[in-house]
Order: sequence, then C-alpha cells, then structure tokens
Amino acid sequence: MPALQDLILAGNRVQHHVPVPRAVVAPEIWTSATERLAEDHWTLLDLWGDRGTVHMALLDIKARYRGVISLECPDGRFPSVGRVHPPAIRLERAAADLFGLLPQGANDSRPWLDHGQWGLRSPLGDPMPASSESTRYRFLESKGENLHQVPVGPVHAGIIEPGHFRFTASGETIVRLEERFGYTHKGIEALMEGATLDRASKLAGRTSGDSTVAYAYAFARAVDVALGLEIPGRAAWLRVLMAELERLANHLGDIGAICNDAAFPLMHTHCGILRERVLRVCDGVFGHRMMRDQIIPGGVANDVSAEGQKLINSMVVEIRERFPDLIDLYDNTASLQDRTVGTGHLKANLAKQFGAGGYIGRASGRDFDSRRFFPYAPYDELNFEVPLLQEGDVNARVWVRIREVEQSLSLIEQILQRLPAGPHGVEISQANGPREASVLVEGFRGDIHVWIKIAEDGTIQRCHLRDPSWFQWPLLEAAIEGNIVADFPLCNKSFNCSYSGHDL
Amino acid sequence: MFLVLLLAPLLTGFVRKMKARLLRRQGPSMVQPYRDLLRLMRKEVVLADNASWLFRVTPYLIFAATWVAAALVPTFATGLTFSWTADLIAIVALLGSARFFLALAGMDVGTGFGGIGSSREVMIASLAEPAMLLIAFSLALVAGATQLSTVAAFMTSSAVGLRVSLGMALIALVMVAIAENARIPVDNPATHLELTMVHEAMVLEYSGRHLAMIEFASFLKLLLYMSLIACVFLPWGLVTVGSGPEAYAVGLVTYVGKLLIGGVLLAFFETAIAKMRVFRVPDFLGAALMLALLGTLLLFVSRSL
Repeated sequence: MPALQDLILAGNRVQHHVPVPRAVVAPEIWTSATERLAEDHWTLLDLWGDRGTVHMALLDIKARYRGVISLECPDGRFPSVGRVHPPAIRLERAAADLFGLLPQGANDSRPWLDHGQWGLRSPLGDPMPASSESTRYRFLESKGENLHQVPVGPVHAGIIEPGHFRFTASGETIVRLEERFGYTHKGIEALMEGATLDRASKLAGRTSGDSTVAYAYAFARAVDVALGLEIPGRAAWLRVLMAELERLANHLGDIGAICNDAAFPLMHTHCGILRERVLRVCDGVFGHRMMRDQIIPGGVANDVSAEGQKLINSMVVEIRERFPDLIDLYDNTASLQDRTVGTGHLKANLAKQFGAGGYIGRASGRDFDSRRFFPYAPYDELNFEVPLLQEGDVNARVWVRIREVEQSLSLIEQILQRLPAGPHGVEISQANGPREASVLVEGFRGDIHVWIKIAEDGTIQRCHLRDPSWFQWPLLEAAIEGNIVADFPLCNKSFNCSYSGHDL
Repeated sequence: MFLVLLLAPLLTGFVRKMKARLLRRQGPSMVQPYRDLLRLMRKEVVLADNASWLFRVTPYLIFAATWVAAALVPTFATGLTFSWTADLIAIVALLGSARFFLALAGMDVGTGFGGIGSSREVMIASLAEPAMLLIAFSLALVAGATQLSTVAAFMTSSAVGLRVSLGMALIALVMVAIAENARIPVDNPATHLELTMVHEAMVLEYSGRHLAMIEFASFLKLLLYMSLIACVFLPWGLVTVGSGPEAYAVGLVTYVGKLLIGGVLLAFFETAIAKMRVFRVPDFLGAALMLALLGTLLLFVSRSL
C-alpha cells in the first residue's frame, strides 16, 4: 500500500504550492486514495471544488504528513468519495451546488447549500439559470411503528443561528436526526474571487463571528506562506495571543451555556461574567471585543502597549483565582453531573473516521491538535498540553474545555512574559506569478483549513475556507441517536458547531 | 377570592426577582407579571388555522378551574366566603380537569412540541395526582375531615403534636407542588428550548388573551400550592371565624410573610439544582407517591403516628 507521500509523488506536482505539496493525479490514483480513506488509514481534511477541478486535502496521522491531490474533471464529473467515505458527502454536495461538479456514484444527490433561492445554479462554475420549478427537499425516511417526527427550526427561540433539525422519535427516544443547513450562506467564496488581499482578509474574518480571529489568522498565514513573507517575531506572538484569548472567551461561554441548557443558570452567569471580563479586556487592548480585523496578512493591525499587557495580565490573574471555584461547583453539583455524564456519547471510531477536530475529537480519544501536530510559530516554543479524554460524552467535552481554558491561561502568561520586541508587521510583497497555499490553524472548535490561490496581479483567484464544523455536525446526528429528545439541546450545546462557518 | 387574584402575579414576580438576585442579575421589577398580563390582554390572538373550539375555550376553563381551586384554600383565615363549598379532594379534581383540558389543547393544533409537552405532562400527572390524593387522605385521617378549614383549624389546635405521617405528607406535598408548578428540577419555567419544555411546550401555540389566561392560571397555581402548604403545615396566625378586624389584619400579614418565606426557599432551591432528565421525573414523583402512601399507612397502623 502506498504512503500518502508516494501517492502525491506519483502525480503531477504543482509548482508554488506551499507549505505542503499538491499534485494533479489520474482518476485511478484518486480512486485508490478514496479507498485508503474508507479503510481509515488517512483522514479527510477537506474536499472542495474549483472550475473543472476537484481538490482533496489528506492527512496521514501516523506519518505526520499532509498533502493535496487534485483531479481534473473537464466534463464536470468525478468519482465520488462520499460513496465509501461518508465524511465527504456534505462537502461533495456543497461542491456540486457551487461548481456543478457531480460526484459519480454518490448515494445522496440532494442539494446542500443551494435552497433554490439564488436564481442560479452552480454560481461559481458555469452559472445557469435555476429551473423555475421548486423541488421539495426530501428528508431521509425512518420506518417503524409509533414513530413521529418533530421538525425544529430553522428559526429557533433564543439568540442562535438558523438551522433545521428533523427528529424522528419513538416516544421520547430519538431514532434519527437529520440536519439541514445553508440558511446563512453568504457567498464568501464567490466574494473572494478577484478580491484584494485586504478585502479578502476582512471577508475571511467574517466567516464565523465567534472564530473571527482564527479565520483571519488562518487566512493571513496562508497568504504569508504563499508569498514567502517573513513574519516578525512580535507579530507572530501577538497573533497567538489573540487566538488564545478567543479560545478562552469562547470556552468560558460554552461551559456556562452547557450548564444553562441543563437548567443550571448559576454556572452560566458566573462563566458569563468571566467571558465578559475577557471581551472587555480585548476591547480595551485591541479596540474590538471580538478582535475582528486585527490579524492581517504580514502581521497584526495594531501593536499592544505595555499597559495593554498589564490589563491582560490582571484579567488572567483574576480568572485563575475564580475559575477553580466554578470547576468545583460543576463537579460537585450532583444534579448537573447526572445530566452530563453519559449523555450524547460519541464513539471513538466515528471521531477518528470523521477527523473530528477540537474538543469533540479530543473528548472521544482523537489526539489531534494542529498547534501540536503541525506547529506554527510560536507554538513550537511554548509549553502546553493537549487534553485528551476517552469518554466521549457531554461531561468529557466540558472537561476538555475546562482543561483547555487552563492551558490557554498558561499560554497567555507565557506569551506576555516572553513577547519579543520589534515591528508588528511587514509590507506585503507583490506576488511573483501565481501562488498557492494550504494551511491548518487551530480555532477554538478545531482545525480550520484554508486553501488560497493568489493570481499574478496579487488578487485572490480562489479561496476556500473549511470550518471544523463540516465534520462535527454529522457526528452530532450520530451522537444523539438513542438519547431522549429533551437532551438534544444539551448535546447540541456541547458540540456547539458553527452554522455560519459551515454555510459560508 | 379576589385576594388570590391580586397576590398571585406578585408572588411569581417575587420568585423571579429572587432568582435573578441570586444570579447577581438585576432582574425585572416585581410587578412585571401584572404588566405582562395587561400587555397580553391587549394583544390580538393569533390562532392556528386548524385550531378547534376546544383550543379557544380551554384557556378560560383552565383559568376558571384554577381560580376556584385557589379560592377554596383558607389563605389567612378559616371560614372564608368560599371555603365551605368544597374540600381538598375537590381542589385536586379541579386542578386535574384543568390539566386534562390543557393537555388536550396542546395536542389540538397538531404541532410536534404540543404533543411532546402533553405526553410529558400526563406522565407527570399520572404520578402526581395519586400522590396528592394520598396526602389528602392522610390529612383527613388525622383531622377527621377533608374540609380545608376544618383541617387547618385542627392543625392549629394542640391535639396534633409531632407526627411522622404528617412529616411524610409535607415532603410529598412539596415534591408534588414542584412538579405541578413546572419548577426546576421537573421543568424549567424560564427556558427557551422547545425540546426540553413540559408546560411551556403545551402553550407554545397560545397568544394574546388566551395566553394571559393560561399564564394567570399558572401564577394562581403557584400561590395555591404555597398557601396550601402554609395553611396545613404552618397554620400559625390563621384567623378563626368570628375574630375582630385586628386579628384579620394580623392574619393577612402573617400570610404574606409565609408566602415570602416560601418564595425565598423556592428561589434558593431552584438556583442550587439542575433540571433532571425527563425519565427521572417518575422516580422523583414515585418517591412523593411512596411517602404519601407510607404516611397514610402509618396512620392506619397507629392513629398516634
């Protein structure tokens, strides 16, 4: 059996694709890669379309190697990956909607992002006017006695994003959950085409509001490596500082929100206070609560003053003081533990198959963190642990978050102590011919994959952003099976996948 | 009778305020429930196309039944205008029929949530109602009557003493009260998550004055249970028939004081505990049923227990 490296060597290496290789391969190699995926030797990192080409990013965990293979399909058809490797199904359906690339042999030919509202079909491939007849979206069937369906959404109570959930339940037990998304499709990939780096960076930062730093960071890193920019040390450290502050704020919010869904608002308010503390410090230091548009290609937008560092430091000290009490409260409230332990169990083999990132994978025994696995500066110089649990239930996902909060606090302290002096950015050099890059950046939900192609004139020719939720949403469907309907909000919150990042 | 109407929203407002303060939030004003009711009364009613007459009639039925039931409880004095008409069993029956109609209305429109809510509510009721009846029997065995005024009068007298059976009945009654009023840990009155709701899921389709009636009925129900616990188990300060106006004033003040204490305890309890899984609720209510049963049994074994 060939290793991933050999497979890429067998193809036509594409020039100027950094930092990992990309090869245009023959259909046979594509199919054999598909089989290797189905046998769980490799992990699918991403699958996306382009005009007349389909790309697939692959990861070989054992060999610590990743690469991109591309298949040219001038007739708009390619051998389906989802046929044997389910994690690819939704990505294929999205590629079919956007580019009109049809996966051959796929089991599911329903549209995914296209709800028939665009007035166009395959807007990024060869746009065609949409057929006027509206086709009903058919949900998967469940057969059996005494089954009833509960449709939830897309409009929900409370302040959450839109998404439709179709439950089939037998009494209170969920037999099947099917999700339908695409309600927040903003056309980011279409807007990216021909955008200047400055505009594209802003667009990337608006993909998913709670991960704006992670997206801007991922995009900026892709541009940096594509153009071969040397990022000054201070800029690299400040980027990581923001990424960890974002992780800290989001995890604090999540821990509280999970408890709130078990009707325990005490944790929610206390965690909310801590999260608000982080956001206010970010506002004071960076000028924006969520630190939007702070990371730009070439460095960061603003330097952090000595006072700003003091502000962050005092916030870290305060959270370190108050957070342990909250952990005790969580751990010692029996009624709360009763809800979280054993609920929404995600099997380890599924987490592995889908390449689940972030706390979802790490709570189900998948030891992957792109900060550790493909370390980017300055994570290679910082000390941190990647928490790993095997239980895979709601409780485990809470605990991974708790441990990650502690790690983020320690990372922020280390960064503040060792922050190098120097400039906080460099001028962006003009692209010298077409450049491509594929990078992974760890957001709070997991690894975000960004693939960009910069044209000769320095604008973006094609940019693809893959949210970790692409592989996490399907796992929610699996984890909820056999649970009771009333536990869904709790499980859903413990996954906390992104709607906006997924719908793009 | 009108006293309960006036006090009920205030009690709910007070419990909400207490819970908010415990969470370090400012919380809405205590008179907010009155404003909510007024606002709902002024709003138009949005009805589902397939709603039947039952759906429209139910809110008034529920309100009427709950109001009558609440008026039957001797709040601050025995022998109030209404209390001679019916006894504890009638209260249980009134509340039961109110629930029956609510569950029907929940299923009437045919939405998934209404059905889920009704099925959960009935599951809870099937255990809570027998427990409530058994509590009534225990009390009747001790006091020799199911008439609440008589029970309350007997409880104030020195003939009672400390009794195991009454202790069990008290615990059982508190548990039933929590379940009946859709409080944490059985249901969460403040949730927005449709899938976890019990009571709220049934009334999701209601709006305008219909919703006002149902909301008012649940305010009344909370007051009813709290008054019931207060009058039966903490009867001190209850005014007996024929006392002067000063005694009535004192009785009223003690009654409000008891409600305040009840509200504070409820808020503390709800803040300190998370909601239980839906399938744990039968265990919880099963315990209430067993306690009530044991209380009654003990009384049969020995009248002095």
